Amino acid sequence: MSIQPIGAASNDLLYLSGVNKTFDGFKAINNLSLTLAKGEMRAVIGPNGAGKSTMMDIITGKTRPDAGQVIFGAATDLTKLDEPSIAQLGIGRKFQKPTTFESHTVWDNLLLALAGNRGPWFTLRARPKASESEKIEALLTTIRLREHRHRLAANLSHGQKQWLEIGMLLAQDPQLLLVDEPVAGMTDAETEQTAHLLRDINRTRSVVVVEHDMAFVRALGVKVTVLHEGSVLSEGTLDHVSADPKVIDVYLGR
Amino acid sequence: MTRLSLTLTPVVIIGVAIVLAVLNLATPTTSALHVSDFVVGLAGKYLCYAMLALAVDLVWGFAGILTLGHAAFFALGGYCMGMYLTREIGARGVYANANLPDFMIFIGWKQLPWYWHGFDFFPFAVVMALIVPAVLAAIFGFLAFRSRVGGVYLSIITQALTYALLLAFFRNDMGFGGNNGMTDFKDIAGFPLNRSTTTTALMVISALFTAAAFLFARWLVGSRYGKVLVAVRDAESRTRFLGYRPEYYKLVVWTLSAMIAGIGGALYVPQVGIINPSEFAPANSIEAVIWVAVGGRGTLSGAILGAVLVNFGKTVLTGALPGAWLYALGGLFILVTLFLPRGIMGTFTRRGAGAALPTAGEPQGLAAIDGASADLQEAGMHAAGADVEKTA
Repeated sequence: MSIQPIGAASNDLLYLSGVNKTFDGFKAINNLSLTLAKGEMRAVIGPNGAGKSTMMDIITGKTRPDAGQVIFGAATDLTKLDEPSIAQLGIGRKFQKPTTFESHTVWDNLLLALAGNRGPWFTLRARPKASESEKIEALLTTIRLREHRHRLAANLSHGQKQWLEIGMLLAQDPQLLLVDEPVAGMTDAETEQTAHLLRDINRTRSVVVVEHDMAFVRALGVKVTVLHEGSVLSEGTLDHVSADPKVIDVYLGR
Repeated sequence: MTRLSLTLTPVVIIGVAIVLAVLNLATPTTSALHVSDFVVGLAGKYLCYAMLALAVDLVWGFAGILTLGHAAFFALGGYCMGMYLTREIGARGVYANANLPDFMIFIGWKQLPWYWHGFDFFPFAVVMALIVPAVLAAIFGFLAFRSRVGGVYLSIITQALTYALLLAFFRNDMGFGGNNGMTDFKDIAGFPLNRSTTTTALMVISALFTAAAFLFARWLVGSRYGKVLVAVRDAESRTRFLGYRPEYYKLVVWTLSAMIAGIGGALYVPQVGIINPSEFAPANSIEAVIWVAVGGRGTLSGAILGAVLVNFGKTVLTGALPGAWLYALGGLFILVTLFLPRGIMGTFTRRGAGAALPTAGEPQGLAAIDGASADLQEAGMHAAGADVEKTA
C-alpha cells in the first residue's frame, strides 16, 4: 500500500510531454502533454477518436510513440519498456471491456494478479501461502465478491466482472491505475458503488479514469482533462471545463 | 479434470497393458483368451500415439497453441531411436559392415558422419530422443512466441516446419536413409525385436511412459504455472498487463510438449520396425489434432482416449475399406466439431478446463451481491451496449 519515494525533485508521478503518434497518416496523439501528481485522481474525457485509449496504450507500453517523453516517477522512461515491465513497475490497467480469466475462479483470478514473481520457474513451484490468502480475502471484501470466490469469472455478471478486474488491478499493488470506462454497462447503483470504490482506491494510489459518463465524472469530483484530436483541449474542474467555450464547441455542445 | 480421472487414467492404462501382457505371454496360442503379438503391437502403437496426443493437448488445450506440426517432434524422437537401432544391426546388414549402415554404403559413403557418433550407445540415443525435439522446439518457439506470432499464423508455420523437415529427410545426403528411412532392425538393448517377450515389454513400457506423461502433464496444468497458461490462452493481453511474459510461458510448455512427443516417437519406432520421412507428413500432425478434438481438448485423459479410439477405428476401417479412411476421418472431425465440440471427455465430465458456460438460475448482477432483485436483462443489455460503444 505504501507509495515508494520516487526522487525528491518532483512531486509528479506521470509526466507526458510532446507525445506524438500517427497511425497511417491519422494523428491519434498530437503533441500531448499531461502531468499527474502523486496521489491524484484524474478524469479524462473527450469525444470518440480524441486519443484517450491511445494515450493509455502509450503509457502501458502497448504502443510506442513516434516522439515525446513519457516519464514515470523520477526518471523511468516508459517509452523504452514493454507491457510486462511497465506492469511490474506499478502501473495497472483496466480495459474498457472487462477482461478477466473466464475459466478461472474469482479466487484464482486474484491469485494470479497478486504482486510477486512472474517467472515460469517460480509459478511452477509456487504453493499457496497464508499471506496470499489474507490479501485475497481483503480484496474480495473490497470488490464485494466474497460470496462468489469459487465461481468462474465467466459466470459473473457484467458489473461483477468489472469489479473483479479492478480487484485484479489492486492485487498488483500498483502506484498508478489506468481505468478505461469502468462504469460502461453498469446499473446506476453499480455506478455509484464504483465511484465509491475508486475514491477509496485513490486514498493510497494515483488513478486516471477515462469515462464518457458525465454523471460518473461529476460523482468522482476530481480534476478533468478534456482531450480533443490527440491533445489537451482544456483542464480543470468539471464546471470549469464545462464552461470552456472550446469544450462546448467540440464535445459537450454536440 | 476430476480427481477421479487423475488416478483412474494411469490405472486403466497400466491395468489394460498388464492384462494384455499376461494374456499374451501366459496363455497358449491355441487358447481362446490368447492375445496375439499383433494385437499387443497395436496396443503399443496406440500408446505412442496417445503420448503424441497428450503433447498436442498440452499446448492446444491449455496454451491455446493450435499446433499442426507436432508429429515433427514425434518423428525426430523416432529418428534418434532409429539411428540407435540401425547401429545395433552392426555387421548383420546386407553388406555385413559393422561400421556403416547399409544405406550409407549404398550411396557410397566411406565414413560414419559425425552426428551419428554416440548413437550406438542406447542411453545416448534415449537422451537425444528428448534433447533433439526439445532444442528444435525451443528455437522455433523462442522465435515465434517472441515475435508474438499466434493463432492461425502459428498453425501455418508449424505446418511449414514439419513439411520442411519432411523434405530435408527425404534427401539421401542428409544421412538418415532418405526416402526409405531406416528399417530391418534386429534388436534393442540386446533383446531381439521379433520375440513376443520384447513386443510385450515394449508395449508395457509404452503404457508406463504414457501414464507418467499423463501424470506429469496433470501436475504441470495443476500448478500455478498451469493456471497462468490457461490465463494466457483466455486473455493473453491481460496477462501481459499483469506483468507476465506469455512468450516464456508458452515456450516452456511448448518445449516440454515436444519432449513428450519425442518419447512417444522413440517408443514407436522399435514397435513398428521402421522410421521414414513420411512420419513428418503434415497430415500426421493434423490427425493428432483430430484425436485430441475427439477425446476432448484440454482434458488430457481425453487426448489419450481420442488417440486410442480413432486409431482403433483406423485399424478396423483400413482393414475393411482401405480407401474410406480419409473420408471417415474428415467426417469424424466435422461431426465432432458440430455435435461434440468439447469432445468425449469434455462432454461427459462436469467441468473441463474450457470456459464453463454461465449457469442458468444463479443470482447475477447486484442480485447476487446485495440479495436485492436487480434487473438481469438490463445488465445484459448494458453489457452488449458497452461493446458497441467504441472510443479512440
